[in-house]
Amino acid sequence: MNKFSLIGKKATRLGFGEALVQLGEENPDIVVLGADVTSSVLTSFFKERFPERFFSIGVAEQNATTIAVGLALSGKIPFFATYSVFAAFRNADQLRISVCYNNVNVKIGGGHSGITVGPDGATHQALEELSLLRTLPNMTVVVPCDYEETKKATVAISKIFGPSFLRFGRPPVAWFTREETPFSLGRAEIFREGKDVAIVACGLMVWEALLAAEELWKRRGISAKVVNNHTLKPIDVKTIVDSARECGAIVTAEEHQIHGGLGGAVAEVLAKNYPVPIEFVGMRDTFGGSGEPEELLEKYGMTWKEIYSSALRAIERKDRINTNHIYQNVKDVVPLANELNSK
Amino acid sequence: MEIQITFEPKIFENRRRKVEEFREIATVLRRDVIKSLFLAKSGHSGGSLGTSDIFAVLFFGGIMRYNPTNPNWKERDRFVLSAGHICPILYSTLARAGYFPVEELKTLRKLGSRLQGHPGIDMGLPGLETSSASLGQGVSIAVGMALSDKYLDKNNRRVFVITGDGELEEGSSWEAAMSAGHYKLDNLCWIVDNNNCQIDGRVHDVMNIYPIDKKFEAFNFNVITIDGHNYSEILTSFDKFIDNHTKSIGKPTVIIARTKMGFPISFMVDKYEWHGIPPNKEQALQALTELQ
Repeated sequence: MNKFSLIGKKATRLGFGEALVQLGEENPDIVVLGADVTSSVLTSFFKERFPERFFSIGVAEQNATTIAVGLALSGKIPFFATYSVFAAFRNADQLRISVCYNNVNVKIGGGHSGITVGPDGATHQALEELSLLRTLPNMTVVVPCDYEETKKATVAISKIFGPSFLRFGRPPVAWFTREETPFSLGRAEIFREGKDVAIVACGLMVWEALLAAEELWKRRGISAKVVNNHTLKPIDVKTIVDSARECGAIVTAEEHQIHGGLGGAVAEVLAKNYPVPIEFVGMRDTFGGSGEPEELLEKYGMTWKEIYSSALRAIERKDRINTNHIYQNVKDVVPLANELNSK
Repeated sequence: MEIQITFEPKIFENRRRKVEEFREIATVLRRDVIKSLFLAKSGHSGGSLGTSDIFAVLFFGGIMRYNPTNPNWKERDRFVLSAGHICPILYSTLARAGYFPVEELKTLRKLGSRLQGHPGIDMGLPGLETSSASLGQGVSIAVGMALSDKYLDKNNRRVFVITGDGELEEGSSWEAAMSAGHYKLDNLCWIVDNNNCQIDGRVHDVMNIYPIDKKFEAFNFNVITIDGHNYSEILTSFDKFIDNHTKSIGKPTVIIARTKMGFPISFMVDKYEWHGIPPNKEQALQALTELQ
């Protein structure tokens, strides 16, 4: 049984915009930079409430990101938000050197993320940025699952020191977590217990994962665990490895390319610690296109149905594998180390 | 002939000086640059030597306000080296100001050194305000600092930033200029090291950025063009900037300093080939002989 039920539909960007105002009330060091799309990513709420702490930089994402660095080096906590396609790629070099190498307290909000930005089409559908951000040293990367969690995540990244990226979206989506639902940066939450397969998801795919788990149980009697892995970096190795150990099969689900994002991160963790069959749900190495969010999620295979069929495939692969043979050829690494170290 | 590399333990005070005094300081800085680059066996000689006179006046002529015994002094002015590749001159300047032992200049570009090949604050070098080197970014960082000082902290601090002229080919440099003008950052002083040299040749051949002055004027800057090796002109231009800030003229200042790459070493002067290489033993000896 799902312990979560739908409260309603609400855009995650609202959570970001509202939380920023709350933060502004609490902390005079919170400042916000805009790149002309403040009414889209809802930094407009902050701008209206605290005009003296809002800086309009115009359509100049590289400059905005780097000005934020100068503000951070002056003791401020700058939030710069724009569309994810620009907030992560247009300014990639600035993020790498000025933000992450400097290890400054700059917070980047990536709005209008994923395929669900919809009719704007492929140019505006950020589906690759997590792979880039995840490889930057010092960067924290968070993809909250709904409106309520986006509020919590926005507050949470303001409380830690260091570069952070928060991803949120445009349209109203499933809102199902509550104020009392646990949330802690870097700790994946188990949203449903299960033993046959574990679905590790982030963003709006967490709700789809819960739907898939319910259908797997009702139709097939399969017990699927659902892990809300909102923090891609630093990733919660223990929860992922424990889930692989318990279930022996994993499905990752994200509104992002299957390469380099959550799926890639989970695969890295498991390849190193506890290899089990993994199936990946997400964009399959293509660009999107115009359409309504629901139509696009359906067309590009990012709904509970893909998670459902991927879970069946993962379980089938698990059953076929004699996991013992994986370890047969692993030699003792100690003699090898001795060999390499001897003159 | 063997070359003995030692760094004389000389520290300079930061105070108002007579124009004649700067030559000695700049010569010490240049000798440091030659020695540290020779020992490093790689690095950028041309711009480091060409800007030495500007560094001498800015840091030792009572222009910048800083305190080497308290590098994080809250009222200090800040310096950003946007053209991060010429960091040998910055390192020498910081050492001669007393931020760290001058002997440490020997470690430039070596494993574990605080004097990274391009400035990196992760190594904790006192006096270094930010990492830099991807061209065009330091000026935006400086704009952010000046914004914070002028509009949030409402203090009296100033921000100085040096870019190259080839660096102005980076589009984001002009984003920074646009925002500095827009926000009327009269507490920002942007120095352009205008030696007309970059790796591939003359700046006007690689990509013509001229006229520089008119571009900055269009972005609402107060523009001052000087001979970057004339101490009197350097000093006067900084005085003018400080005056502009004191009077709150509502415009950032840009000092376009006409310099010669490699100045004044006879075999380096105005040769763009010296952008990114160090002197070998014979060249180092020759340069040190000239720098007396």
